[in-house]
Amino acid sequence: MKTVKWRRELPLHILVFPSLIIVFLYCYIPMFGNIIAFQDFRPIKGLLGSEWTGLTNLKYVLEMPNTYRIIWNTVYISTMKIMMGNIVPIIIALMLNEIRKTYVRRSIQTMIYFPYFLSWVILAGILIDILSVQNGIVNQALGWFGIQPIYFLGNNTWFPITLVVTDTWKEFGFNTIVFLAALTSINPSLYEAALIDGANRWKQTLHITLPGILPIVILMTTLSLGNVLNAGFDQVFNLYSPQVYESGDILDTMIYRIGVADAQYGPATAIGLLKSSVSLMLISVSYWMAYRFANYRIF
Amino acid sequence: MIRRVSVSRSLFDICNYICLIALSLLCILPVIQVIAVSFSSSSAAASGLVKLWPVDFSLKSYEFILKKQDFLGSFLISVMRVILGTSISMFLTVTLGYALSKEVKDFRMRTVYAWYFVFTILFSGGLIPWYLTIKYTHLLDTIWALVIPGAVTVFNVILLLNFFRGLPKELEESSFIDGASHWTTLWKISLPLSMPSIATVTLFTVVGHWNSWFDGLMLMNSPSHYPLATYLQTAVIQQDFANMRAEDVKTLSQISDRTTRAAQIFIGALPIIAAYPFLQKYFMTGLVMGSVKE
Repeated sequence: MKTVKWRRELPLHILVFPSLIIVFLYCYIPMFGNIIAFQDFRPIKGLLGSEWTGLTNLKYVLEMPNTYRIIWNTVYISTMKIMMGNIVPIIIALMLNEIRKTYVRRSIQTMIYFPYFLSWVILAGILIDILSVQNGIVNQALGWFGIQPIYFLGNNTWFPITLVVTDTWKEFGFNTIVFLAALTSINPSLYEAALIDGANRWKQTLHITLPGILPIVILMTTLSLGNVLNAGFDQVFNLYSPQVYESGDILDTMIYRIGVADAQYGPATAIGLLKSSVSLMLISVSYWMAYRFANYRIF
Repeated sequence: MIRRVSVSRSLFDICNYICLIALSLLCILPVIQVIAVSFSSSSAAASGLVKLWPVDFSLKSYEFILKKQDFLGSFLISVMRVILGTSISMFLTVTLGYALSKEVKDFRMRTVYAWYFVFTILFSGGLIPWYLTIKYTHLLDTIWALVIPGAVTVFNVILLLNFFRGLPKELEESSFIDGASHWTTLWKISLPLSMPSIATVTLFTVVGHWNSWFDGLMLMNSPSHYPLATYLQTAVIQQDFANMRAEDVKTLSQISDRTTRAAQIFIGALPIIAAYPFLQKYFMTGLVMGSVKE
């Protein structure tokens, strides 16, 4: 009996097998490769031949003068992004919901999620051009209102703000669609009942629409908790420069510089491992919370 | 019944329209501005005269970059990686998604496998070990480095898996009764029924491959092997003149740097812009699909 079942399942095992191997090679082996974090890794000696140094690498990284500021930058930038990335789409979705002409709504939707599909390389190229101090169109437009040119990408006060605003600009279309889908699933009879009770549009929004999308808002926020240590490598790496390291350097760019530019494999892996371990805890907690409160399952 | 529209309501409607239209313009105007710069003459661009329409129309910068060997080379590499990467990725995603969409009673190892793959979302190996693994498997500086390591995208697998699960079970059962194998059922029954979701995942994969630049930067040793996104990253963003040939630097000093950069950005974005009508059509489907679960 058992062998029959096994034989019937065999084709399914074969279907899984190629993906299993690739994921093992390029996801699981790098996970074990994290032991470099505890070694004085020398490429010639290899993974098993290098000398074990315990927590020296981690201590070295944590004692670097900028580490704590970089951790702070990371958490600050990503928290601001998570907040803006949820608040702006809610407002836009509510506003779009008030538009009754379908074709207008559709064309606005089409335009607002266009930046979502462009990579940060393209967007950075565009942003560097339009935000430039000399001929950038943004500073020209500000000039019409008598505002002095602002060095958005080179000023430590403005750089984090620019990061958050441009990230929201790229991403808000996506969440807007998610919230709009949630809005359309609200039972219309609730609105009719409220109308009979004399509630105006504003009251309806406050007491029906917002509570109606609250579960999905909680879900999206919860799931984004796992990203607190991901402040957006692609964006920062393409937009930053040494003069804004103070306010814009994040963990991932620091890991890149230590590991790739300075070729200090051990320390880079140590800080990377610390980051992925904390992220693992955060993601587990956020998925557990999403499961507990919003009944969300990954698969 | 005559619907009475209050003054405050129509005032709100007007403001609402203005705000939303301004916002949607904000999303596309930057792109239009860069396109306008790329088609302008270098002197107009350099003195900041270009707004949203080309000033002193010129194709000089396009002539320049289309003659550039490394630009064309990296464009071809990008096309190649999209074709190779998408076919490999889709094959793996479909087969894995199909197998994992079975219920535990039909496939006892399902949950174990599912967690095996989902765990890679939760925890990752970090930059250096990832790089070293690819180096030790001898993929470095070949196109396979851009295609194989990331071939299994767990999110896409989950998307397809959920779609396969939503299909009526009777169809599969009847095909098994007729003696079809899993393989035949997958290609003849499940796949043709899931074309919208397959299209969505395919488009996402294509866009992902076209846009990804960091793997090229890390895994390719010589700039002549860079895909277009990586090439743009080094040439436009980092402005690395070290990789440029002497005569290119000379030509570049004659035509404006700004228009050339704009033209390269535009060509880099062009495939996405061209595919956008399809993308946005399947985008909604994909989102709705991902959220519908049993």
